[in-house]
Amino acid sequence: MRVKATINGRRIERDVPDSITLLHFLREDLGLTGTKEGCGSGECGACTVLMNGRTVNACLVLAAEIDGAVIETIEAESKDGKLSKLQEKFHKHHASQCGFCTPGMVMSLKSLVRENPKPSEEEIREAIDGNFCRCTGYKQIIEAVQDATGQLKKPEDIHYA
Amino acid sequence: MLENTRREDLTYVGRGVDRVDTLEKITGHALYTGDLRMPGLLHAKTKRSPHAKARIRRINTQKAERLPGVHAVITGDELDNRLGLYLVDKHVLARGSVRYHGEAVAAVAADTPAIAQHAVELIDVEYETEEPVLDPVAAFRRNAPLVHPDLGRYNYIKEVFTPLPGTNIANHTKLRKGDIEKGFKDADLIVEREYSNPNVQHVPMETHVAIGQWLPENRITIWTSAQSPFTVRNLFCHAFKVPRNQVRVFVPYVGGGFGGKAGIGLEPLACCLSRKAGGRPVKLQATREEEFSLLPCRSGLVYKIKTGVQKDGKITAQKMTLFWDAGAYADYAVNVTRASGYSAAGPYEIPNAWIDSYTMYTNKPFGTAYRGFGHVEVSWGVERHMDFIAHKLKIDPLEFRKTNALKPGSLTLTGETVTEHTGNVTRCMEAVSREIQYGSLTKAEKAREKRTGMKIGKAVVALHKAPAMPPFTATAVIIKMNEDATVTVNLALTEIGQGAYTAIAQIVAEQLRFPMDRIKVSLDSDTDKEPYDWQTVASKGLVLSGNASILAAQDLLKKAYETAGQVLRASPVDLDHDDTNVFVKHHPGKSVPFSRLAVGYAYPDGNAIGGPLIGVGQYIAQGLTNLDKETGQGLPALDWTYGAHGLVVEVDPATGEFNVIRIASAFDAGKVINPKTTRGQIVGGVLQGLGTAMCEGYIYDESGRLMNSSFTDNKILTAMDVPEEMVGIAVETPQIDGAYGARGVGEHPMIAICGGLGNAIHNACGADLVHMPIRAEDVWRAIHKIPEPPRTGFLRGKSCKP
Repeated sequence: MRVKATINGRRIERDVPDSITLLHFLREDLGLTGTKEGCGSGECGACTVLMNGRTVNACLVLAAEIDGAVIETIEAESKDGKLSKLQEKFHKHHASQCGFCTPGMVMSLKSLVRENPKPSEEEIREAIDGNFCRCTGYKQIIEAVQDATGQLKKPEDIHYA
Repeated sequence: MLENTRREDLTYVGRGVDRVDTLEKITGHALYTGDLRMPGLLHAKTKRSPHAKARIRRINTQKAERLPGVHAVITGDELDNRLGLYLVDKHVLARGSVRYHGEAVAAVAADTPAIAQHAVELIDVEYETEEPVLDPVAAFRRNAPLVHPDLGRYNYIKEVFTPLPGTNIANHTKLRKGDIEKGFKDADLIVEREYSNPNVQHVPMETHVAIGQWLPENRITIWTSAQSPFTVRNLFCHAFKVPRNQVRVFVPYVGGGFGGKAGIGLEPLACCLSRKAGGRPVKLQATREEEFSLLPCRSGLVYKIKTGVQKDGKITAQKMTLFWDAGAYADYAVNVTRASGYSAAGPYEIPNAWIDSYTMYTNKPFGTAYRGFGHVEVSWGVERHMDFIAHKLKIDPLEFRKTNALKPGSLTLTGETVTEHTGNVTRCMEAVSREIQYGSLTKAEKAREKRTGMKIGKAVVALHKAPAMPPFTATAVIIKMNEDATVTVNLALTEIGQGAYTAIAQIVAEQLRFPMDRIKVSLDSDTDKEPYDWQTVASKGLVLSGNASILAAQDLLKKAYETAGQVLRASPVDLDHDDTNVFVKHHPGKSVPFSRLAVGYAYPDGNAIGGPLIGVGQYIAQGLTNLDKETGQGLPALDWTYGAHGLVVEVDPATGEFNVIRIASAFDAGKVINPKTTRGQIVGGVLQGLGTAMCEGYIYDESGRLMNSSFTDNKILTAMDVPEEMVGIAVETPQIDGAYGARGVGEHPMIAICGGLGNAIHNACGADLVHMPIRAEDVWRAIHKIPEPPRTGFLRGKSCKP
């Protein structure tokens, strides 16, 4: 099937087989490997991208479905060699360890912050409830978002006994 | 090493600097093995056993081979190569028989994953099923069917392990300390109880993936998500009898390991397919389902603890019998068994101890290393047991722990004397106890109980762990100075998310007195280019590679000073340096910049001296010994990291539902190199420990089929499960042979969380729990004393009577 879409601000027009997923299309056909596959069944959120501004699991969307859609992936998050505010705060707060969940996590949070510039901690947790992270324990991710939205009271640290 | 350096004299060590590996990760540009593209790449899929135990009568691959787009089909018949880290018991593909449901029996490489999958479905396998052995206690019985009838013919490391041919025992580790009979005779009270833990999956977000290319004349390249490139090379070369210098293992970014990627995994199969496909590179990436059921997990455990204790709370004797459910192959499980054998009592002094730790083969997915191995599992029973005894004695459980805690002068289970430099577990317990206001409920907590109808309970638990590794474990680090006096650090310790490279960069910056932005740690590992490192495991990286980094930096400076001495006509002992220049101490105006020394110094007339500056640091664990095979006595521990957790938990007595309100965790880190990465390890490890404690675990049916091999039924914790408050605390008792006094803390946050949760729940509502994980329904049953239904395929209701 022929699809026309806007991906990271660029128009594309491609023939795609009916059966391939958006995740496969992004990674294999467009070389956008920043979007990761963690389970292939829509449970872990590693492949989260934005489709018309809403988060989707790219492994559950067929490439054929994106005709006419606007898709945003992690590769467009930093612009002109500059990190986005979210990325900056991820860096500052050590919110990324192995990093495999990070692209999906950033996309979920980007969508959250766009719609809700001052999310509560509960809203942040809910926004990433579908994004598994096995390394960080989520705390530093939550703090990064609080900092990015100007809500971090005091940066948490370890205590010395 | 440099353990007494004062905090105020440190510029980079001890500071929460930014991680050196995140920029690529947060922009999506970090390339993991599965992201690599190369010309001619083929894709592989495996055909897997539908039976837990069966003879393979016949495999017909003809239809698969004829499918267009298929380049290689391979079965176990063609591969008489065995793998094994400590006990060499596993073929690359099942050969002759299958030993667990999900084991790979054949594999295909094809143009696309879809074609490979189609071809796999065309492979026809005829099996003759046999009765599997599915629980470790049943496997121990004299007449149990044997998982490995050929055990007596396998190679293994004889100095360390003791397999018993003719049984399902892959290893028996013994620990004998003091006089156990006398110890029990001296006791006023003897408490004996059983505990159990299920198999658990590591769940790295990146599933295992390997690309193998096997060219003519045995020139082999492997790209892999492995934690330990040199161990992959070593085991590969053992199995295929090829020289080490013919095999190159390349590890790019790794999407989490937690021990599951510590050894060798999919690499040999990808390479064998490549050899058969004429040398085209072949990629084999596990699906999430395969991550659960093809690849290894954490071993299950059934164990019995018998403790003798005096009225005043002093433990006099402890006898433990542990049956590790290792599954079909020994892999790391034999070493997990060994580690639990020498440390099973937790951070407590047991004057008279008797431990039998058995690695039991069963027909289930096999066990491997998992963060804190031998300790996370055993700490569940030990910490529940400590509370149970304390309650029997009517002594406060924290006081009971402190009475028995290891302290200077104590002898560990293996006879090592604890000194004031070993670390301080009592301070860890006291720190978390203060943090959670242990001993009573605060006003706010009482109000919360009233408001919610929930019951709040608190608990303090303690833990310890030393790296489980060979006594002669070694590593090396190379630092190369570039023309502009920046440096590049090469090491084969891999960065798997733990933050090791950031700590190494800080240590190198501190030693060189160069700013952090002049230090680059090369972010991938390549056995052709990096110097040797044994493995990225066991929380040993900071001590071993940290020390090697210090030595490499000192070596680099020494070489710079040698050339500078000639340039400045001064002896190297009279030289000093700042971040730019080497200068004569007593004539600071006489100096030469590092940038003019970096690749050799050239005089104005063109004459030159020196050469490219390269610092080399080697470090090997020192003074450790193998353990006596009859008594377990010896020195196994590079360093002991002690820790403690304090938990505040609320339980609904009507339903058994519970929330973890607050966790405080303290570790004697020796020296915190980076408080932010340390906190990352603490928070992440504690949450992983909570997952193990609350919900994770394999469930099998009666035939040994894994029933929950997906995230739908085998959940991990999400952001919604994070406790309201998590506090990380560092105690700093410097480790004499640690880099700047540091000890590892990577694994420790996960240990004893399970026991802490069980104890806090018990203290809240009286539920007496002995099986992990603790689900709401388990708490409800325990509160109402309703017998638990048998945990299928694991305990099956049978009691553990060796």
